[in-house]
Amino acid sequence: MTRLIRPVLAMVLALMALWYVAVLPMNVKETLTQAERAGAVIAPPSAVERRDMSNWALVLNNTHALGESWNLDRPRLPAPHQVLTELYASTIGEEVTGRRGIVKTGTLSNRSLIYHGLITLNATFVGFLIGTGLGVVLAVGIVHSRVMDMSVMPWAIVSQTIPIVALAPMIIVVLYSIGIQGLLPKAVISAYLSFFPVVVGMVKGLRAPDSMQLDLMRTYSAEPMTVLTKLRLPSSVPYLFASLKIAIAASLVGAIVGELPVQQGGLGARMLAGSYYGQTAQIWAALLMAAGLAAVLVWLIGVIERRTLRRMGMMA
Amino acid sequence: MIQIVFAFVLWAAGWALNARLANGPGADTRAARLAVPLIFGATLLGMWELLVRGLEVPTVILPPPSQIAGTFAENTGLLWRDFVQTILKGAVSGYVIGCGAAFLTALLVDRYDYLRLGLLPLGNFMAALPIVGTAPILVMWFGFGWQSKAAVVVLMVFFPMLVNTVAGLQDTTTMQRDLMRTYASSWGQTLMKLRLPAALPFIFNGLKITSTLALIGAIVAEFFGSPTLGLGFRISTSIGQLDLGMVWSAIVVAALSGTAFYGLIALIERRVTFWHPSQRG
Repeated sequence: MTRLIRPVLAMVLALMALWYVAVLPMNVKETLTQAERAGAVIAPPSAVERRDMSNWALVLNNTHALGESWNLDRPRLPAPHQVLTELYASTIGEEVTGRRGIVKTGTLSNRSLIYHGLITLNATFVGFLIGTGLGVVLAVGIVHSRVMDMSVMPWAIVSQTIPIVALAPMIIVVLYSIGIQGLLPKAVISAYLSFFPVVVGMVKGLRAPDSMQLDLMRTYSAEPMTVLTKLRLPSSVPYLFASLKIAIAASLVGAIVGELPVQQGGLGARMLAGSYYGQTAQIWAALLMAAGLAAVLVWLIGVIERRTLRRMGMMA
Repeated sequence: MIQIVFAFVLWAAGWALNARLANGPGADTRAARLAVPLIFGATLLGMWELLVRGLEVPTVILPPPSQIAGTFAENTGLLWRDFVQTILKGAVSGYVIGCGAAFLTALLVDRYDYLRLGLLPLGNFMAALPIVGTAPILVMWFGFGWQSKAAVVVLMVFFPMLVNTVAGLQDTTTMQRDLMRTYASSWGQTLMKLRLPAALPFIFNGLKITSTLALIGAIVAEFFGSPTLGLGFRISTSIGQLDLGMVWSAIVVAALSGTAFYGLIALIERRVTFWHPSQRG
Protein backbone atom coordinates (compact mmCIF):
# COMPACT_ATOMS: atom_id res chain seq x y z
CA MET A 1 0.00 0.00 0.00
CA THR A 2 2.71 2.50 0.96
CA ARG A 3 4.51 1.52 -2.23
CA LEU A 4 1.48 2.83 -4.13
CA ILE A 5 0.84 5.97 -2.10
CA ARG A 6 4.23 7.60 -2.74
CA PRO A 7 4.07 7.74 -6.57
CA VAL A 8 0.41 8.82 -6.49
CA LEU A 9 1.18 11.56 -4.00
CA ALA A 10 4.13 12.69 -6.13
CA MET A 11 1.89 12.89 -9.20
CA VAL A 12 -0.78 14.85 -7.33
CA LEU A 13 1.85 17.31 -6.10
CA ALA A 14 3.29 17.63 -9.60
CA LEU A 15 -0.18 18.36 -11.02
CA MET A 16 -0.79 20.94 -8.28
CA ALA A 17 2.50 22.66 -9.13
CA LEU A 18 1.51 22.64 -12.80
CA TRP A 19 -1.84 24.18 -11.84
CA TYR A 20 -0.13 27.00 -9.90
CA VAL A 21 2.12 27.72 -12.89
CA ALA A 22 -0.82 27.62 -15.30
CA VAL A 23 -2.60 30.26 -13.20
CA LEU A 24 0.05 32.80 -14.29
CA PRO A 25 -0.67 33.00 -18.05
CA MET A 26 -4.40 32.35 -17.61
CA ASN A 27 -4.90 35.35 -15.33
CA VAL A 28 -2.11 37.60 -16.55
CA LYS A 29 -4.24 40.30 -18.22
CA GLU A 30 -6.48 40.87 -15.23
CA THR A 31 -3.46 40.78 -12.88
CA LEU A 32 -1.55 43.38 -14.92
CA THR A 33 -4.56 45.70 -15.09
CA GLN A 34 -4.84 45.57 -11.31
CA ALA A 35 -1.09 46.06 -10.83
CA GLU A 36 -1.19 49.06 -13.17
CA ARG A 37 -4.00 50.64 -11.13
CA ALA A 38 -1.91 50.06 -8.02
CA GLY A 39 0.94 52.05 -9.60
CA ALA A 40 3.31 49.42 -11.01
CA VAL A 41 5.09 49.97 -14.34
CA ILE A 42 3.87 47.46 -16.93
CA ALA A 43 5.86 46.67 -20.08
CA PRO A 44 3.35 47.56 -22.82
CA PRO A 45 1.62 50.40 -20.98
CA SER A 46 -1.77 50.32 -22.72
CA ALA A 47 -4.37 47.60 -22.19
CA VAL A 48 -5.18 47.66 -25.92
CA GLU A 49 -1.63 46.62 -26.81
CA ARG A 50 -1.65 43.94 -24.13
CA ARG A 51 -4.90 42.47 -25.47
CA ASP A 52 -3.18 41.36 -28.68
CA MET A 53 -0.06 39.92 -27.04
CA SER A 54 0.34 36.27 -26.07
CA ASN A 55 -0.13 35.49 -22.40
CA TRP A 56 3.33 33.95 -21.95
CA ALA A 57 5.03 37.03 -23.43
CA LEU A 58 3.18 39.22 -20.93
CA VAL A 59 4.22 36.96 -18.06
CA LEU A 60 7.90 37.09 -19.10
CA ASN A 61 7.89 40.88 -19.59
CA ASN A 62 6.28 41.65 -16.23
CA THR A 63 7.62 39.13 -13.76
CA HIS A 64 7.72 41.82 -11.07
CA ALA A 65 3.97 42.56 -11.15
CA LEU A 66 2.47 39.08 -10.92
CA GLY A 67 2.12 38.88 -7.15
CA GLU A 68 -1.66 39.05 -7.18
CA SER A 69 -2.14 36.27 -9.78
CA TRP A 70 -3.23 33.76 -7.17
CA ASN A 71 -5.53 36.07 -5.22
CA LEU A 72 -7.77 37.66 -7.87
CA ASP A 73 -11.46 38.16 -7.12
CA ARG A 74 -12.74 36.73 -10.38
CA PRO A 75 -9.86 34.77 -11.91
CA ARG A 76 -10.21 32.89 -15.18
CA LEU A 77 -8.43 30.04 -13.46
CA PRO A 78 -8.60 30.11 -9.65
CA ALA A 79 -5.59 28.69 -7.82
CA PRO A 80 -6.09 25.43 -5.90
CA HIS A 81 -6.10 27.17 -2.53
CA GLN A 82 -8.81 29.58 -3.75
CA VAL A 83 -10.98 26.64 -4.78
CA LEU A 84 -10.42 24.91 -1.44
CA THR A 85 -11.23 28.14 0.43
CA GLU A 86 -14.43 28.52 -1.60
CA LEU A 87 -15.30 24.88 -0.96
CA TYR A 88 -14.79 25.32 2.77
CA ALA A 89 -16.67 28.63 2.83
CA SER A 90 -19.64 27.21 0.96
CA THR A 91 -19.89 24.01 2.99
CA ILE A 92 -18.73 24.14 6.59
CA GLY A 93 -18.32 27.92 6.74
CA GLU A 94 -21.80 28.61 5.37
CA GLU A 95 -23.49 26.10 7.65
CA VAL A 96 -21.67 27.02 10.88
CA THR A 97 -21.40 30.79 10.66
CA GLY A 98 -23.77 31.77 7.82
CA ARG A 99 -26.99 33.68 8.46
CA ARG A 100 -29.05 30.83 6.98
CA GLY A 101 -26.75 28.01 8.15
CA ILE A 102 -27.87 24.95 10.07
CA VAL A 103 -26.46 26.30 13.33
CA LYS A 104 -28.55 29.51 13.24
CA THR A 105 -31.76 28.23 11.62
CA GLY A 106 -31.79 24.48 12.11
CA THR A 107 -32.11 23.83 8.36
CA LEU A 108 -29.44 23.56 5.71
CA SER A 109 -28.64 26.84 3.99
CA ASN A 110 -29.76 26.99 0.36
CA ARG A 111 -26.45 28.61 -0.46
CA SER A 112 -24.32 25.75 0.77
CA LEU A 113 -22.94 23.00 -1.39
CA ILE A 114 -24.09 20.44 1.20
CA TYR A 115 -27.69 21.39 0.48
CA HIS A 116 -27.17 21.27 -3.30
CA GLY A 117 -25.12 18.09 -3.06
CA LEU A 118 -27.95 16.37 -1.18
CA ILE A 119 -30.45 17.39 -3.88
CA THR A 120 -28.20 15.88 -6.54
CA LEU A 121 -27.57 12.82 -4.40
CA ASN A 122 -31.32 12.24 -3.97
CA ALA A 123 -31.94 12.29 -7.71
CA THR A 124 -28.88 10.09 -8.25
CA PHE A 125 -30.11 7.45 -5.81
CA VAL A 126 -33.71 7.39 -7.05
CA GLY A 127 -32.52 7.18 -10.67
CA PHE A 128 -29.93 4.56 -9.79
CA LEU A 129 -32.52 2.36 -8.05
CA ILE A 130 -35.03 2.65 -10.91
CA GLY A 131 -32.36 2.05 -13.56
CA THR A 132 -30.77 -0.89 -11.76
CA GLY A 133 -34.15 -2.51 -11.00
CA LEU A 134 -35.34 -2.24 -14.59
CA GLY A 135 -31.94 -3.38 -15.87
CA VAL A 136 -31.95 -6.55 -13.75
CA VAL A 137 -35.54 -7.38 -14.72
CA LEU A 138 -34.82 -6.88 -18.41
CA ALA A 139 -31.63 -8.97 -18.17
CA VAL A 140 -33.59 -11.85 -16.57
CA GLY A 141 -36.12 -11.59 -19.40
CA ILE A 142 -33.40 -11.56 -22.06
CA VAL A 143 -31.71 -14.63 -20.62
CA HIS A 144 -34.96 -16.60 -20.42
CA SER A 145 -36.67 -15.59 -23.66
CA ARG A 146 -34.96 -16.04 -26.98
CA VAL A 147 -37.39 -13.63 -28.64
CA MET A 148 -36.51 -10.89 -26.20
CA ASP A 149 -32.82 -11.60 -26.59
CA MET A 150 -32.97 -11.33 -30.37
CA SER A 151 -35.24 -8.29 -30.54
CA VAL A 152 -34.22 -6.15 -27.54
CA MET A 153 -30.49 -6.80 -27.16
CA PRO A 154 -29.40 -5.25 -30.51
CA TRP A 155 -31.35 -2.10 -29.65
CA ALA A 156 -29.80 -1.99 -26.19
CA ILE A 157 -26.37 -2.06 -27.82
CA VAL A 158 -27.30 0.55 -30.45
CA SER A 159 -28.70 2.82 -27.75
CA GLN A 160 -25.25 2.77 -26.11
CA THR A 161 -23.90 4.60 -29.14
CA ILE A 162 -26.51 7.36 -28.92
CA PRO A 163 -25.68 10.52 -26.97
CA ILE A 164 -28.59 10.03 -24.58
CA VAL A 165 -27.82 13.14 -22.56
CA ALA A 166 -29.09 15.13 -25.56
CA LEU A 167 -32.55 14.01 -24.47
CA ALA A 168 -32.19 15.54 -21.01
CA PRO A 169 -33.69 19.01 -21.60
CA MET A 170 -36.57 17.51 -23.56
CA ILE A 171 -37.42 14.93 -20.91
CA ILE A 172 -37.49 17.66 -18.29
CA VAL A 173 -39.66 20.04 -20.30
CA VAL A 174 -42.07 17.33 -21.41
CA LEU A 175 -42.48 15.89 -17.92
CA TYR A 176 -42.92 19.44 -16.59
CA SER A 177 -45.70 20.10 -19.11
CA ILE A 178 -47.67 17.10 -17.84
CA GLY A 179 -47.22 18.26 -14.26
CA ILE A 180 -44.27 16.19 -13.07
CA GLN A 181 -41.41 18.24 -11.70
CA GLY A 182 -38.77 18.27 -9.03
CA LEU A 183 -36.91 15.09 -8.30
CA LEU A 184 -38.46 12.68 -10.79
CA PRO A 185 -37.40 14.14 -14.18
CA LYS A 186 -33.76 14.20 -13.07
CA ALA A 187 -34.11 10.66 -11.74
CA VAL A 188 -35.49 9.56 -15.12
CA ILE A 189 -32.33 10.77 -16.84
CA SER A 190 -30.16 9.10 -14.18
CA ALA A 191 -32.13 5.88 -14.60
CA TYR A 192 -31.73 6.06 -18.38
CA LEU A 193 -27.95 6.38 -18.08
CA SER A 194 -27.52 3.69 -15.41
CA PHE A 195 -29.88 1.24 -17.11
CA PHE A 196 -27.71 -0.12 -19.93
CA PRO A 197 -24.48 -0.90 -18.09
CA VAL A 198 -26.59 -3.00 -15.71
CA VAL A 199 -28.41 -4.82 -18.53
CA VAL A 200 -25.20 -5.68 -20.36
CA GLY A 201 -23.38 -6.74 -17.18
CA MET A 202 -26.28 -8.79 -15.83
CA VAL A 203 -26.86 -10.64 -19.12
CA LYS A 204 -23.19 -11.61 -19.07
CA GLY A 205 -23.46 -12.61 -15.40
CA LEU A 206 -26.66 -14.64 -15.74
CA ARG A 207 -25.02 -16.55 -18.59
CA ALA A 208 -21.83 -17.12 -16.59
CA PRO A 209 -22.74 -20.61 -15.26
CA ASP A 210 -21.17 -23.21 -17.56
CA SER A 211 -23.02 -26.11 -19.13
CA MET A 212 -21.78 -28.51 -16.45
CA GLN A 213 -23.54 -26.55 -13.72
CA LEU A 214 -26.69 -26.12 -15.83
CA ASP A 215 -26.70 -29.87 -16.55
CA LEU A 216 -26.44 -30.58 -12.83
CA MET A 217 -29.54 -28.43 -12.24
CA ARG A 218 -31.28 -30.35 -15.00
CA THR A 219 -30.46 -33.72 -13.40
CA TYR A 220 -32.15 -32.36 -10.27
CA SER A 221 -35.11 -31.58 -12.61
CA ALA A 222 -35.03 -28.02 -11.26
CA GLU A 223 -37.67 -25.49 -12.33
CA PRO A 224 -36.41 -22.44 -14.31
CA MET A 225 -37.23 -20.37 -11.21
CA THR A 226 -34.97 -22.54 -9.05
CA VAL A 227 -32.17 -22.38 -11.61
CA LEU A 228 -32.51 -18.61 -11.57
CA THR A 229 -32.47 -18.14 -7.80
CA LYS A 230 -29.99 -20.88 -6.87
CA LEU A 231 -27.53 -20.78 -9.75
CA ARG A 232 -27.84 -17.84 -12.16
CA LEU A 233 -28.45 -14.97 -9.71
CA PRO A 234 -25.65 -15.95 -7.29
CA SER A 235 -23.13 -16.39 -10.08
CA SER A 236 -24.07 -13.02 -11.58
CA VAL A 237 -23.23 -11.06 -8.40
CA PRO A 238 -19.61 -10.17 -9.31
CA TYR A 239 -20.78 -8.93 -12.72
CA LEU A 240 -23.60 -6.98 -11.09
CA PHE A 241 -21.19 -5.09 -8.84
CA ALA A 242 -18.84 -4.29 -11.71
CA SER A 243 -21.81 -2.76 -13.57
CA LEU A 244 -23.12 -0.98 -10.48
CA LYS A 245 -19.87 0.95 -10.17
CA ILE A 246 -20.23 2.24 -13.73
CA ALA A 247 -23.97 2.81 -13.26
CA ILE A 248 -23.69 4.96 -10.12
CA ALA A 249 -21.07 7.22 -11.73
CA ALA A 250 -23.30 7.49 -14.81
CA SER A 251 -26.39 8.33 -12.79
CA LEU A 252 -24.51 11.11 -10.99
CA VAL A 253 -23.63 12.58 -14.38
CA GLY A 254 -27.29 12.18 -15.40
CA ALA A 255 -28.52 14.01 -12.31
CA ILE A 256 -26.08 16.89 -12.83
CA VAL A 257 -26.97 17.28 -16.51
CA GLY A 258 -30.65 17.04 -15.58
CA GLU A 259 -30.26 20.02 -13.27
CA LEU A 260 -28.97 22.30 -16.01
CA PRO A 261 -32.31 23.24 -17.66
CA VAL A 262 -34.22 23.90 -14.41
CA GLN A 263 -32.62 26.18 -11.89
CA GLN A 264 -34.07 24.55 -8.80
CA GLY A 265 -30.97 23.64 -6.86
CA GLY A 266 -28.41 20.90 -7.19
CA LEU A 267 -24.76 20.88 -8.18
CA GLY A 268 -25.58 21.26 -11.90
CA ALA A 269 -27.61 24.38 -11.16
CA ARG A 270 -24.72 25.78 -9.09
CA MET A 271 -22.30 25.23 -11.98
CA LEU A 272 -24.58 26.99 -14.45
CA ALA A 273 -25.21 29.88 -12.03
CA GLY A 274 -21.46 30.21 -11.51
CA SER A 275 -20.91 30.34 -15.27
CA TYR A 276 -23.61 33.03 -15.71
CA TYR A 277 -22.14 35.29 -13.02
CA GLY A 278 -18.46 34.64 -13.75
CA GLN A 279 -17.92 33.04 -10.34
CA THR A 280 -15.23 30.62 -11.42
CA ALA A 281 -14.30 29.56 -7.91
CA GLN A 282 -17.94 28.59 -7.35
CA ILE A 283 -17.95 26.35 -10.46
CA TRP A 284 -14.70 24.70 -9.40
CA ALA A 285 -15.99 24.14 -5.88
CA ALA A 286 -19.18 22.53 -7.22
CA LEU A 287 -17.05 20.42 -9.56
CA LEU A 288 -14.83 19.32 -6.68
CA MET A 289 -17.92 18.46 -4.64
CA ALA A 290 -19.28 16.37 -7.55
CA ALA A 291 -15.93 14.62 -7.92
CA GLY A 292 -15.89 13.87 -4.20
CA LEU A 293 -19.44 12.51 -4.37
CA ALA A 294 -18.56 10.26 -7.32
CA ALA A 295 -15.49 8.95 -5.52
CA VAL A 296 -17.45 8.26 -2.31
CA LEU A 297 -20.29 6.51 -4.18
CA VAL A 298 -17.96 4.24 -6.17
CA TRP A 299 -15.96 3.50 -3.02
CA LEU A 300 -19.18 2.68 -1.13
CA ILE A 301 -20.20 0.15 -3.77
CA GLY A 302 -16.71 -1.30 -3.64
CA VAL A 303 -17.06 -1.82 0.12
CA ILE A 304 -20.49 -3.46 -0.26
CA GLU A 305 -19.04 -5.61 -3.04
CA ARG A 306 -16.19 -6.88 -0.88
CA ARG A 307 -18.51 -7.62 2.06
CA THR A 308 -21.07 -9.42 -0.09
CA LEU A 309 -18.57 -11.48 -2.01
CA ARG A 310 -16.81 -12.48 1.20
CA ARG A 311 -20.07 -13.63 2.78
CA MET A 312 -20.93 -15.56 -0.37
CA GLY A 313 -17.50 -17.17 -0.32
CA MET A 314 -16.64 -15.80 -3.77
CA MET A 315 -13.72 -13.64 -2.71
CA ALA A 316 -10.59 -14.68 -4.55
CA MET B 1 -60.31 4.09 -30.03
CA ILE B 2 -59.91 1.89 -33.10
CA GLN B 3 -56.32 3.14 -33.40
CA ILE B 4 -55.51 2.07 -29.84
CA VAL B 5 -56.91 -1.39 -30.44
CA PHE B 6 -55.01 -1.58 -33.69
CA ALA B 7 -51.80 -0.59 -31.88
CA PHE B 8 -52.07 -3.60 -29.58
CA VAL B 9 -53.00 -5.88 -32.48
CA LEU B 10 -49.85 -4.65 -34.24
CA TRP B 11 -47.80 -5.36 -31.11
CA ALA B 12 -49.21 -8.90 -30.80
CA ALA B 13 -48.65 -9.57 -34.51
CA GLY B 14 -45.06 -8.29 -34.42
CA TRP B 15 -44.27 -10.30 -31.30
CA ALA B 16 -45.84 -13.48 -32.72
CA LEU B 17 -43.86 -13.09 -35.94
CA ASN B 18 -40.65 -12.56 -33.96
CA ALA B 19 -41.43 -15.56 -31.73
CA ARG B 20 -41.85 -17.73 -34.83
CA LEU B 21 -38.63 -16.44 -36.34
CA ALA B 22 -36.62 -16.73 -33.13
CA ASN B 23 -37.79 -20.24 -32.20
CA GLY B 24 -37.98 -21.53 -35.76
CA PRO B 25 -35.35 -23.58 -37.60
CA GLY B 26 -33.62 -20.63 -39.30
CA ALA B 27 -33.08 -18.60 -36.12
CA ASP B 28 -29.30 -18.58 -36.41
CA THR B 29 -29.12 -17.34 -39.96
CA ARG B 30 -27.90 -13.83 -40.67
CA ALA B 31 -31.24 -12.82 -42.14
CA ALA B 32 -33.17 -13.78 -39.00
CA ARG B 33 -30.66 -12.01 -36.76
CA LEU B 34 -31.22 -8.86 -38.77
CA ALA B 35 -34.97 -9.25 -39.28
CA VAL B 36 -36.01 -9.80 -35.66
CA PRO B 37 -34.68 -6.51 -34.23
CA LEU B 38 -35.90 -4.62 -37.31
CA ILE B 39 -39.42 -5.98 -36.91
CA PHE B 40 -39.29 -5.11 -33.21
CA GLY B 41 -38.19 -1.56 -33.98
CA ALA B 42 -40.84 -1.11 -36.68
CA THR B 43 -43.52 -2.42 -34.30
CA LEU B 44 -42.51 0.12 -31.67
CA LEU B 45 -42.60 2.97 -34.21
CA GLY B 46 -46.04 1.84 -35.45
CA MET B 47 -47.39 1.65 -31.89
CA TRP B 48 -45.98 5.10 -31.10
CA GLU B 49 -47.74 6.57 -34.15
CA LEU B 50 -51.07 4.85 -33.45
CA LEU B 51 -51.09 5.53 -29.71
CA VAL B 52 -50.23 9.22 -30.12
CA ARG B 53 -53.02 9.61 -32.66
CA GLY B 54 -55.48 7.37 -30.81
CA LEU B 55 -55.00 8.97 -27.40
CA GLU B 56 -54.77 12.44 -28.98
CA VAL B 57 -51.54 13.30 -27.18
CA PRO B 58 -50.74 16.99 -27.84
CA THR B 59 -47.81 17.30 -30.26
CA VAL B 60 -46.01 19.62 -27.82
CA ILE B 61 -45.62 16.62 -25.52
CA LEU B 62 -44.90 13.82 -27.96
CA PRO B 63 -45.16 14.24 -31.75
CA PRO B 64 -45.90 11.12 -33.84
CA PRO B 65 -42.99 9.69 -35.86
CA SER B 66 -44.56 10.78 -39.15
CA GLN B 67 -44.46 14.42 -38.05
CA ILE B 68 -40.83 14.08 -36.94
CA ALA B 69 -39.95 12.57 -40.31
CA GLY B 70 -41.73 15.49 -42.00
CA THR B 71 -39.81 18.10 -39.99
CA PHE B 72 -36.59 16.23 -40.64
CA ALA B 73 -37.20 16.18 -44.42
CA GLU B 74 -38.08 19.88 -44.52
CA ASN B 75 -34.98 21.00 -42.58
CA THR B 76 -32.20 18.80 -43.94
CA GLY B 77 -30.09 21.86 -44.85
CA LEU B 78 -30.34 23.34 -41.37
CA LEU B 79 -29.69 20.00 -39.68
CA TRP B 80 -26.68 19.39 -41.95
CA ARG B 81 -25.11 22.68 -40.84
CA ASP B 82 -25.78 21.70 -37.20
CA PHE B 83 -24.17 18.34 -37.87
CA VAL B 84 -21.06 19.96 -39.35
CA GLN B 85 -20.79 22.39 -36.43
CA THR B 86 -21.28 19.92 -33.58
CA ILE B 87 -20.11 16.56 -34.86
CA LEU B 88 -17.45 17.30 -37.49
CA LYS B 89 -15.95 20.45 -35.95
CA GLY B 90 -16.53 19.93 -32.21
CA ALA B 91 -16.68 16.21 -31.52
CA VAL B 92 -14.37 14.72 -34.16
CA SER B 93 -11.53 17.24 -33.75
CA GLY B 94 -11.66 16.89 -29.96
CA TYR B 95 -11.83 13.12 -30.27
CA VAL B 96 -8.75 12.96 -32.48
CA ILE B 97 -6.74 15.33 -30.25
CA GLY B 98 -7.87 13.64 -27.02
CA CYS B 99 -7.29 10.07 -28.17
CA GLY B 100 -3.96 10.99 -29.75
CA ALA B 101 -2.75 12.72 -26.59
CA ALA B 102 -3.95 9.80 -24.46
CA PHE B 103 -2.11 7.35 -26.70
CA LEU B 104 1.18 9.27 -26.47
CA THR B 105 0.78 9.64 -22.69
CA ALA B 106 0.11 5.91 -22.47
CA LEU B 107 3.41 5.17 -24.23
CA LEU B 108 5.22 7.38 -21.70
CA VAL B 109 3.35 5.90 -18.75
CA ASP B 110 4.12 2.42 -19.98
CA ARG B 111 7.80 3.21 -20.41
CA TYR B 112 8.35 4.52 -16.87
CA ASP B 113 7.12 2.36 -14.02
CA TYR B 114 7.00 5.27 -11.60
CA LEU B 115 4.61 7.18 -13.87
CA ARG B 116 2.41 4.09 -14.23
CA LEU B 117 2.17 3.58 -10.46
CA GLY B 118 1.39 7.26 -9.94
CA LEU B 119 -0.80 8.17 -12.91
CA LEU B 120 -2.88 5.03 -13.40
CA PRO B 121 -4.86 5.26 -10.12
CA LEU B 122 -5.42 8.96 -10.89
CA GLY B 123 -6.55 8.08 -14.42
CA ASN B 124 -8.97 5.46 -13.13
CA PHE B 125 -10.33 7.99 -10.66
CA MET B 126 -10.70 10.71 -13.29
CA ALA B 127 -12.39 8.33 -15.73
CA ALA B 128 -15.26 7.90 -13.23
CA LEU B 129 -15.71 11.63 -12.56
CA PRO B 130 -18.50 13.80 -14.00
CA ILE B 131 -16.12 15.61 -16.37
CA VAL B 132 -19.10 17.13 -18.23
CA GLY B 133 -19.08 19.58 -15.31
CA THR B 134 -15.99 21.28 -16.71
CA ALA B 135 -18.06 22.39 -19.74
CA PRO B 136 -19.01 25.83 -18.32
CA ILE B 137 -15.37 26.56 -17.43
CA LEU B 138 -14.05 25.56 -20.84
CA VAL B 139 -16.77 27.52 -22.64
CA MET B 140 -15.67 30.54 -20.61
CA TRP B 141 -12.02 30.02 -21.62
CA PHE B 142 -12.32 29.11 -25.28
CA GLY B 143 -15.38 31.12 -26.30
CA PHE B 144 -18.67 30.04 -27.84
CA GLY B 145 -17.17 28.54 -31.03
CA TRP B 146 -16.38 24.90 -31.72
CA GLN B 147 -12.99 25.17 -29.99
CA SER B 148 -14.56 25.06 -26.53
CA LYS B 149 -16.61 21.99 -27.52
CA ALA B 150 -13.48 20.26 -28.77
CA ALA B 151 -11.77 21.09 -25.46
CA VAL B 152 -14.58 19.48 -23.45
CA VAL B 153 -14.38 16.41 -25.69
CA VAL B 154 -10.59 16.20 -25.24
CA LEU B 155 -11.00 16.12 -21.44
CA MET B 156 -13.84 13.58 -21.60
CA VAL B 157 -12.10 11.07 -23.86
CA PHE B 158 -8.58 11.40 -22.44
CA PHE B 159 -8.79 9.32 -19.27
CA PRO B 160 -10.87 6.33 -20.48
CA MET B 161 -8.57 6.11 -23.52
CA LEU B 162 -5.43 6.37 -21.35
CA VAL B 163 -6.57 3.63 -18.98
CA ASN B 164 -7.49 1.29 -21.83
CA THR B 165 -4.28 1.84 -23.79
CA VAL B 166 -2.06 1.32 -20.74
CA ALA B 167 -3.95 -1.88 -19.90
CA GLY B 168 -3.44 -3.03 -23.48
CA LEU B 169 0.29 -2.31 -23.48
CA GLN B 170 0.63 -4.41 -20.31
CA ASP B 171 -1.14 -7.33 -21.95
CA THR B 172 1.84 -9.42 -23.01
CA THR B 173 3.17 -12.49 -21.21
CA THR B 174 6.66 -12.72 -19.73
CA MET B 175 7.38 -15.50 -22.19
CA GLN B 176 6.66 -13.24 -25.18
CA ARG B 177 8.72 -10.38 -23.77
CA ASP B 178 11.59 -12.77 -23.03
CA LEU B 179 11.50 -14.00 -26.60
CA MET B 180 11.85 -10.43 -27.86
CA ARG B 181 14.75 -10.02 -25.46
CA THR B 182 16.56 -13.08 -26.79
CA TYR B 183 16.25 -11.49 -30.23
CA ALA B 184 18.03 -8.46 -28.69
CA SER B 185 15.22 -6.23 -29.93
CA SER B 186 15.16 -2.59 -28.85
CA TRP B 187 12.30 -0.91 -26.95
CA GLY B 188 10.95 0.46 -30.24
CA GLN B 189 11.05 -2.90 -31.96
CA THR B 190 9.35 -4.67 -29.06
CA LEU B 191 6.72 -1.96 -29.12
CA MET B 192 6.05 -2.14 -32.86
CA LYS B 193 6.20 -5.92 -33.29
CA LEU B 194 4.79 -7.25 -30.03
CA ARG B 195 3.14 -4.82 -27.65
CA LEU B 196 1.23 -2.51 -29.97
CA PRO B 197 -0.39 -5.40 -31.88
CA ALA B 198 -1.26 -7.03 -28.53
CA ALA B 199 -2.71 -3.74 -27.30
CA LEU B 200 -4.90 -3.13 -30.38
CA PRO B 201 -8.06 -4.85 -29.05
CA PHE B 202 -7.86 -2.70 -25.88
CA ILE B 203 -7.16 0.45 -27.90
CA PHE B 204 -10.20 -0.17 -30.07
CA ASN B 205 -12.29 -0.86 -26.98
CA GLY B 206 -11.21 2.56 -25.69
CA LEU B 207 -11.93 4.20 -29.05
CA LYS B 208 -15.44 2.71 -29.09
CA ILE B 209 -16.29 3.74 -25.51
CA THR B 210 -15.04 7.27 -26.08
CA SER B 211 -16.88 7.75 -29.39
CA THR B 212 -20.15 8.10 -27.48
CA LEU B 213 -18.54 10.28 -24.81
CA ALA B 214 -17.26 12.61 -27.54
CA LEU B 215 -20.77 13.26 -28.88
CA ILE B 216 -22.19 13.74 -25.37
CA GLY B 217 -19.43 16.21 -24.54
CA ALA B 218 -19.92 18.25 -27.71
CA ILE B 219 -23.71 18.45 -27.30
CA VAL B 220 -23.77 19.21 -23.58
CA ALA B 221 -21.09 21.90 -23.99
CA GLU B 222 -23.44 23.69 -26.38
CA PHE B 223 -26.04 24.01 -23.62
CA PHE B 224 -23.59 26.41 -21.91
CA GLY B 225 -23.18 28.70 -24.90
CA SER B 226 -22.81 28.31 -28.66
CA PRO B 227 -23.10 30.22 -31.92
CA THR B 228 -26.58 30.09 -33.44
CA LEU B 229 -26.11 26.63 -34.85
CA GLY B 230 -25.20 23.19 -33.56
CA LEU B 231 -27.23 20.22 -32.33
CA GLY B 232 -27.17 21.22 -28.66
CA PHE B 233 -28.21 24.78 -29.57
CA ARG B 234 -31.00 23.42 -31.82
CA ILE B 235 -32.30 21.17 -29.04
CA SER B 236 -32.31 23.85 -26.35
CA THR B 237 -33.84 26.62 -28.51
CA SER B 238 -36.45 24.40 -30.18
CA ILE B 239 -37.64 23.31 -26.74
CA GLY B 240 -38.09 26.98 -25.89
CA GLN B 241 -40.31 27.32 -28.97
CA LEU B 242 -42.10 24.04 -28.14
CA ASP B 243 -41.12 22.83 -31.60
CA LEU B 244 -40.83 19.19 -30.52
CA GLY B 245 -40.62 17.93 -34.10
CA MET B 246 -37.37 19.86 -34.49
CA VAL B 247 -36.04 18.62 -31.13
CA TRP B 248 -36.65 15.03 -32.15
CA SER B 249 -35.09 15.64 -35.58
CA ALA B 250 -31.93 16.93 -33.89
CA ILE B 251 -31.94 13.88 -31.62
CA VAL B 252 -32.32 11.63 -34.67
CA VAL B 253 -29.27 13.32 -36.23
CA ALA B 254 -27.30 12.81 -32.99
CA ALA B 255 -28.38 9.17 -32.78
CA LEU B 256 -27.57 8.42 -36.41
CA SER B 257 -24.16 10.05 -36.24
CA GLY B 258 -23.41 8.27 -32.94
CA THR B 259 -24.27 4.91 -34.45
CA ALA B 260 -22.37 5.65 -37.66
CA PHE B 261 -19.31 6.82 -35.71
CA TYR B 262 -19.34 3.66 -33.59
CA GLY B 263 -19.97 1.47 -36.62
CA LEU B 264 -17.05 3.01 -38.49
CA ILE B 265 -14.66 2.27 -35.62
CA ALA B 266 -16.02 -1.27 -35.27
CA LEU B 267 -15.45 -1.76 -39.02
CA ILE B 268 -11.85 -0.55 -38.81
CA GLU B 269 -11.36 -2.80 -35.78
CA ARG B 270 -12.55 -5.81 -37.76
CA ARG B 271 -10.11 -5.01 -40.56
CA VAL B 272 -7.15 -4.31 -38.30
CA THR B 273 -7.55 -6.98 -35.60
CA PHE B 274 -8.90 -9.77 -37.82
CA TRP B 275 -6.61 -12.21 -36.01
CA HIS B 276 -8.22 -11.70 -32.58
CA PRO B 277 -10.50 -14.53 -31.32
CA SER B 278 -13.42 -12.13 -30.75
CA GLN B 279 -13.36 -11.16 -34.45
CA ARG B 280 -13.08 -14.62 -35.92
CA GLY B 281 -16.48 -15.87 -34.67
